[in-house]
Amino acid sequence: MMDTALLYDRLQFAVTATFHYLFPQLTMGLALLLVYIRSRDLLSDGDHFHHVATFWTRIFALSFAFGVVTGIPLQFQFGTNWARFSEFAGGIVGQTLAMEGVFAFFLESSFLGLLLFGASRVSRGILWLATVLLFVGAWLSGYFILATNAWMQHPVAYRVTADGRLTVESLMGLLTNPWLHWQFAHNMTAAVATGAFVMAAVGALYLLSGRHRAHAETCLRTAVPAGALASVLLITPTGHESARQVFEFQPVKGAAFEGLFRTERGADLLLIGQPNMETMTIDNPLVVPSALSLLVYNDLYAKVKGLDAFPRQDWPDHIALLYYAYHIMAGLGTLLLAVMGSALIRLWRGTLFTARRLLWLLMLSAPLPYLATTAGWMTAELGRQPWLVYGLYRTEEGLSPLVHSGNALFTLLGFLGIYLALGLLFVLLLVETLRHGPTEPDVARGD
Amino acid sequence: METLWYALLTCVFIAYVVLDGYDFGVGILSPFVARNETERRRLRAAIGPVWTGNEVWLIAGSALLFLAFPKAFAAGFSGFYLALMIMLWLLMGRGLAFELREHGEHELWRGFWDGIFFLANLLLAFVAGLLVGNLLRGVPLEADGYFFLAWWTDFRPGAQPGLLDWFTLLTGATMVALLTLHGGSFLTMKTRGALQARTEKAVQSTLLMLTPLLLTLVVAVPFVQPFFGRHYKAAPIGSVLPLLAAVALLSRRLTPVRRRPVVGFAASSLLVAALLAAAAWGTFPNLLIATTDQTHSLTSMTAAAERTGLEAGLWWVPAGLALVIVYQVWIHRLFSEPANSDASSLTPP
Repeated sequence: MMDTALLYDRLQFAVTATFHYLFPQLTMGLALLLVYIRSRDLLSDGDHFHHVATFWTRIFALSFAFGVVTGIPLQFQFGTNWARFSEFAGGIVGQTLAMEGVFAFFLESSFLGLLLFGASRVSRGILWLATVLLFVGAWLSGYFILATNAWMQHPVAYRVTADGRLTVESLMGLLTNPWLHWQFAHNMTAAVATGAFVMAAVGALYLLSGRHRAHAETCLRTAVPAGALASVLLITPTGHESARQVFEFQPVKGAAFEGLFRTERGADLLLIGQPNMETMTIDNPLVVPSALSLLVYNDLYAKVKGLDAFPRQDWPDHIALLYYAYHIMAGLGTLLLAVMGSALIRLWRGTLFTARRLLWLLMLSAPLPYLATTAGWMTAELGRQPWLVYGLYRTEEGLSPLVHSGNALFTLLGFLGIYLALGLLFVLLLVETLRHGPTEPDVARGD
Repeated sequence: METLWYALLTCVFIAYVVLDGYDFGVGILSPFVARNETERRRLRAAIGPVWTGNEVWLIAGSALLFLAFPKAFAAGFSGFYLALMIMLWLLMGRGLAFELREHGEHELWRGFWDGIFFLANLLLAFVAGLLVGNLLRGVPLEADGYFFLAWWTDFRPGAQPGLLDWFTLLTGATMVALLTLHGGSFLTMKTRGALQARTEKAVQSTLLMLTPLLLTLVVAVPFVQPFFGRHYKAAPIGSVLPLLAAVALLSRRLTPVRRRPVVGFAASSLLVAALLAAAAWGTFPNLLIATTDQTHSLTSMTAAAERTGLEAGLWWVPAGLALVIVYQVWIHRLFSEPANSDASSLTPP
């Protein structure tokens, strides 16, 4: 049984990180789409794209506000709940987290204020520039945070000091961690997919309800190609290469999330089935023969190491959950491609705007990229266990020595309560913003 | 090198309190000076474009502390666990109250968020003062360099104090008054007419409360933390900081604010900065002073990261912060004229 302080600290980080990430996931993706829309505005006459951009900046800002307030607890928790880890690895993760603050977070926070309050004071050129800087800030932010996570997944460029702590050997090495490339690509593609699915869902909603037609069509024309491209890239190369990377550097994680209990030649790819942790087998398996060996090693007969090839104490501690998380992610990823792929075909043929059933599907698909991304992060992080820094530092070593379980549970419950309220509030406000809709080009601005 | 980082961090945290401090102050003053919806929106418009950028100084500051003094970050953040978690929740309340208020038209909706906004800002200023008080008084560091503070023990700043004692209550109250003054000074720069006059009146009465609080603190600090006087004795040049604070306080009192509101704001900024710098000077080289045993104190030497990390940080931190200052100054200038009630595009038209 897990020590309760450890359990609460892990749960608190999991809850706060998962909830937080719902927001930047949207803002990072929308930032890219907004750059496109603001560019169209600069290049076109009339106010159509300006109104579209204003509407989406409003949704962006809503999500951003929730993202900011829920993001601060994550950085604080390194110190408050994981003090020993902070002491041990501050020489490394302090660098990348500080870079995030100095180079990225300042940029997006400062220019979002300008975008929201300066719309009537500055030219459209400045608004475009502010949006580009917002995009750069948001993506750089993602880069530095992922650099931190990539280092915890695959530690590089560090040196152990005389007193047993870590210090950075090369900043460049930290920022060019081989793990980071595919992780960043995969993650940002998922963010673009989220932005695109949300934008497409709003477009579909307006078309189905017969409101804001011009706006809705622009949303779909922007979001469907972006979403379809992102859905392809999510699977290959970024998803595929991320998985291969896991099998190369963290084979035990790979075996666990594929549900491969025993080492096999010509290992099957498991599509569905429930892991049975008593017998170490899969119940009700549905498999593609030898496909796992093929995917990982480009060879039908390659040997793939199963969990039995690794000492028990190095196994991730929630194998069934990890297995489900991975399969949910992969399954939803396939579904995303199917939905956006069919939408793209209809858009090309010019029949998307009247395809009511497909519009319904697009509208209802908005939550899918959120579920897929959450499952993806659960795969990465549950699979990193029992290590805090992979192969180097175990999770139970990292706790704050004097923050006992009672205090950890107090704040965990506090976060749960607050986040429940915040989640409801966000949905309420999003619905309200959608109900209000964008400013129609034929209606004068303002009231 | 370690001293340089100590100074840099002090500057970043001072920048945070000076910048976000006026946001807090505006929030604290808002129910007292804004009489109607137009005036409330004017206050919103005054801090709207800048508050998110200001808040990042806290995040950057804590990350730089993590980078340069990981041991102090670990010990301090876990030791101040309860206060920091409450602070996080308050920061959430403050930010969301500000952004969400405009999403509803109903006066109950707006009234609710105005109430949250006021309370969150008031308590944030108080918690900030509480933390400064705890840093000045010292914390019960154990031999392994960790501590944990309960909310209170016996309300006395002894060897085993809590977050709250009479001294930290005093610093908390002082910070509330100080930031109210500071926020008011910012507002007089951003407003005109009756609203400006009312704000300046509130500022002057805050000054009357602040002055005795500060005088009490000056007497109390060396008594509560004997270490405090020692660095001043060893390096008396630092005495210029409290003197500077006194000058700033006086000039804030005497500035004809209606004609020269910028000077009033400059004076209150200087006051905040000089007071915090004076506190840091008395604490140096300690990051966390031990109430238990002086040898347990975490200093800029014992808590620092490896030289290689500190040197690597110097390659990019000053340049990065300089860039931030450039564009934040640009944005502040862009919004330098008095705020009108034309609120954000977040507001549905």
